Amino acid sequence: MALPLDRQLEHLLRRAGFGARQDELDTFRRQSIRGAVDLLTDFERIPDDVDQRIGQPGYASMTIRGQFSPQAVIGDARQRWLFRMVHTDRPLQEKMTLFWHNHFATAYSKINGLIGSEEATRYLAARPDEDPGGVRGQLEMLRDNALGNFRQMLVDISQDVAMSFWLDGRTNVRLRPQENYGREIMELFTMGVGNYTESDVYAAARVFTGWNLARPGAATDRARRYAFQYFPAQHDTGDKTFSFPIYPDGNRTIRGRAAADGMQDGMDLIDALVRHPETPRYIGRKLYRFFISETGQIDERWLQRFSFVYFQSGYDMRAVIREVLLSGEFWDQASYYTRLSWPVEFVVRAIKDVGWRGFSLGDALTPLSNMGQNLYEPPEVAGWDSGRAWFSTGSMLARMNFAAALAGNQRFNLATAARSASAGGSPESLLAYVLEGMPCQDFDGPVRGELLDYLRSTTAWTGSAAQLQTKLPGLVRLVAGSPEYQFV
Amino acid sequence: MKVTRRQFVKGGAAAFTVTFAAPELLSDLARAQGVRARNLVILYLGGGNDALSTLIPYTDPSYYSRRPTIAVPAANVLQVGTDASRVPLGLHPRLGGLKQIFDQGRLALIQRTGYPNQTRSHFLGTDIWSTANPSNAAGTGWVGRYLDSLPSPVDALTGWNTTRELPRVLQAERVGVPAIANPAGYAFASPNIGAEAAAERAAALRINSHVPIDRPELAFVYGSAQAAMTTLDRVATVASYAGTVAYPNTGFSQAMKAIAGAMVRGIGTRVFYVTTGGFDTHSNQNPNQANGTYANLMGNLNDGLIAFYNDLRNQGLLDDTLVMSFSEFGRRISENGSQGTDHGAAALMLVFGGRVAGGLYGTAPNLSLDPGNPTLENSGGDVAFETDFRSVYARIIDNWLGGSSQAILAGDFRNPRLTFV
Repeated sequence: MALPLDRQLEHLLRRAGFGARQDELDTFRRQSIRGAVDLLTDFERIPDDVDQRIGQPGYASMTIRGQFSPQAVIGDARQRWLFRMVHTDRPLQEKMTLFWHNHFATAYSKINGLIGSEEATRYLAARPDEDPGGVRGQLEMLRDNALGNFRQMLVDISQDVAMSFWLDGRTNVRLRPQENYGREIMELFTMGVGNYTESDVYAAARVFTGWNLARPGAATDRARRYAFQYFPAQHDTGDKTFSFPIYPDGNRTIRGRAAADGMQDGMDLIDALVRHPETPRYIGRKLYRFFISETGQIDERWLQRFSFVYFQSGYDMRAVIREVLLSGEFWDQASYYTRLSWPVEFVVRAIKDVGWRGFSLGDALTPLSNMGQNLYEPPEVAGWDSGRAWFSTGSMLARMNFAAALAGNQRFNLATAARSASAGGSPESLLAYVLEGMPCQDFDGPVRGELLDYLRSTTAWTGSAAQLQTKLPGLVRLVAGSPEYQFV
Repeated sequence: MKVTRRQFVKGGAAAFTVTFAAPELLSDLARAQGVRARNLVILYLGGGNDALSTLIPYTDPSYYSRRPTIAVPAANVLQVGTDASRVPLGLHPRLGGLKQIFDQGRLALIQRTGYPNQTRSHFLGTDIWSTANPSNAAGTGWVGRYLDSLPSPVDALTGWNTTRELPRVLQAERVGVPAIANPAGYAFASPNIGAEAAAERAAALRINSHVPIDRPELAFVYGSAQAAMTTLDRVATVASYAGTVAYPNTGFSQAMKAIAGAMVRGIGTRVFYVTTGGFDTHSNQNPNQANGTYANLMGNLNDGLIAFYNDLRNQGLLDDTLVMSFSEFGRRISENGSQGTDHGAAALMLVFGGRVAGGLYGTAPNLSLDPGNPTLENSGGDVAFETDFRSVYARIIDNWLGGSSQAILAGDFRNPRLTFV
């Protein structure tokens, strides 16, 4: 039976997580709303042991060749992340990691083209304890910083190996500044387009000259790795003047420093960008669209409140996400189901709702690609185009077909569970049972009618095991593949 | 009973396809709307194509001095004559197929296209080229607005997007464009077989013909689902198209093959969207080496386009087809420190087809850093635009699609010098 608070908890877990497993719902039911938000945001209280469940009975399985190698094989890395999304007890950490992956969008294919598949996977996905050189791949860095300090995040991403390949920072040197990173840190990571000039782009490129990569050691050393290094000889020591204040006193010029101290230029620019008044507004708008609603205007007072918390907390993402999740706009029932699910959200929520025993996450990878979202492969530096852009005809068909494959895979689990819940008495009782386990937007009357007609089609209703094994997967696919289910 | 997942798959349960008779009404509708079967293919070169490596001013000394490692040697370019400013120009050496089309008088090269105060941002730039609205690039696409201008009801396959995500150029107020990346994968799967699978598909078709009231976002998704259900059978006829020439086995070329297939099968599509990416060549651009980054970009583009061109010629469809390319910006004139080029300004557009009046349109930039040089901007860093990109769209809307460019582009961008169609 659904408890009165369930609708709110489900909303919270769809947005701050990837939907609710039954055991998650049971855990959260013991909390107040504020307690539930605490449980999500203070996730360090909960052990980070999800990776240890990989390969254990009772969890989703994977399709692997030879040894499971998420630090070296991109398909394994993709499956591990999906596994975390399904089975983690820290859903907000994974959700924010996805947010940051989209925000600092870095694609495997370019890095693969530069340094090969194993190394590309390593710098994107390796966990330090599984890498001979202790490499912390970009995703692990994002995960560690999921609710960390935004300034620290910007420092880490500016020194991230995968990012340095992706936006060419490794080639940014004194005599030939490389503008790619200097532009995107302003346009995509902090202030947003319209708040800087072309000469700012050039100055930012000069600021980051010398922020390159080193790879010491012998080729035979398995621990050998690329790592960020500041090269004083490659740094442009001239003054760099911007169109916006760099220092709290309003000064717009980073004065030239001795080459040995020149790395501080980059730190000064990062501080300026973190401090820029447009930065929390840019991040706030993105978080609002991600967590609260994709439709309607964003209230100016909401953005001001968000900016206030951002500055007051010293750029603490935990504080700002708490502000988002505790805001009246978040809990307004009018915000329920106002966001179109991203393909990974749809896939993971469907797995959590329908079942995972005997399902391989490897079978979700091609469908995800057909839906337009290949993890570790955002289509461009701005990440994925969200909202309606996810819902082309072909990607909608891919969603329907994934629903069909998952429902078929779970045929016996579904039928067994429905029989033990005595749900098969009538088409009406079966539909009510399915919708209880797969909460989604209300179906209009005619659509409910069609779902019931489907259950009554071909043979008279008996509720037999054989009938449930046929009709229940059919019903589940129609529900999971319905437009109503595509909203979170 | 214990049944493993593998047994399901083996039994065909996971991906069983049901076939239905084609909905005749829609096909008739499509045919009725395609009285003049004029097709438009929009080709997006993602990332900002380096126009100066595609169409090369191979006698400009500044081209060589400003690109010491990535200039294409004059001896290697495929010469296409001189433009109105008497600048000799040549295509990249891997564009031999496009050179053939040019020599047949069917390829127009429109130089220095852009708009005032051009952005160097990929996203804003792509949005501006897609919406044809530099002052507010958040709205519908210009092709979407063309589709909106067609008489209702617009058939669900009037547009065909060969990518998975809906590009802004196709975004419309009321017409959905199906995304069909691979016609062979565009089929309805079912967990069941036979009559049960048919019942499921029939239910999905009926459910998705529902129109929710006062729920616009939900209605939008219903629109996508309905378009998927009602286009399955016609798309299936395209999946079997073999082509009269061999198309390379690249994503881009296979998309061009699907477009040719859709035209040959006559399924009613008039506007196609196709893209090939990787043009954001900040480093190791390498236009001169076989298998260098830019050489591969050109090779991939060329091989797909010439296969398409020859296939359509063999099918007698060339005169019904116009292909137009765009990219969000050209690139900086001087190479950067990593043998690449950063984001720049004016771009090159390609237009070809059986009724295109080919040739060199517009004038090449002079790449000298002389402060008074009117063909450059940004202190001589970038190529300044000469032809407003919207005037190219206007010509296509008015003279090819038979629409009204002034209504669709919200302004008069007609340019009498652009006589390419």
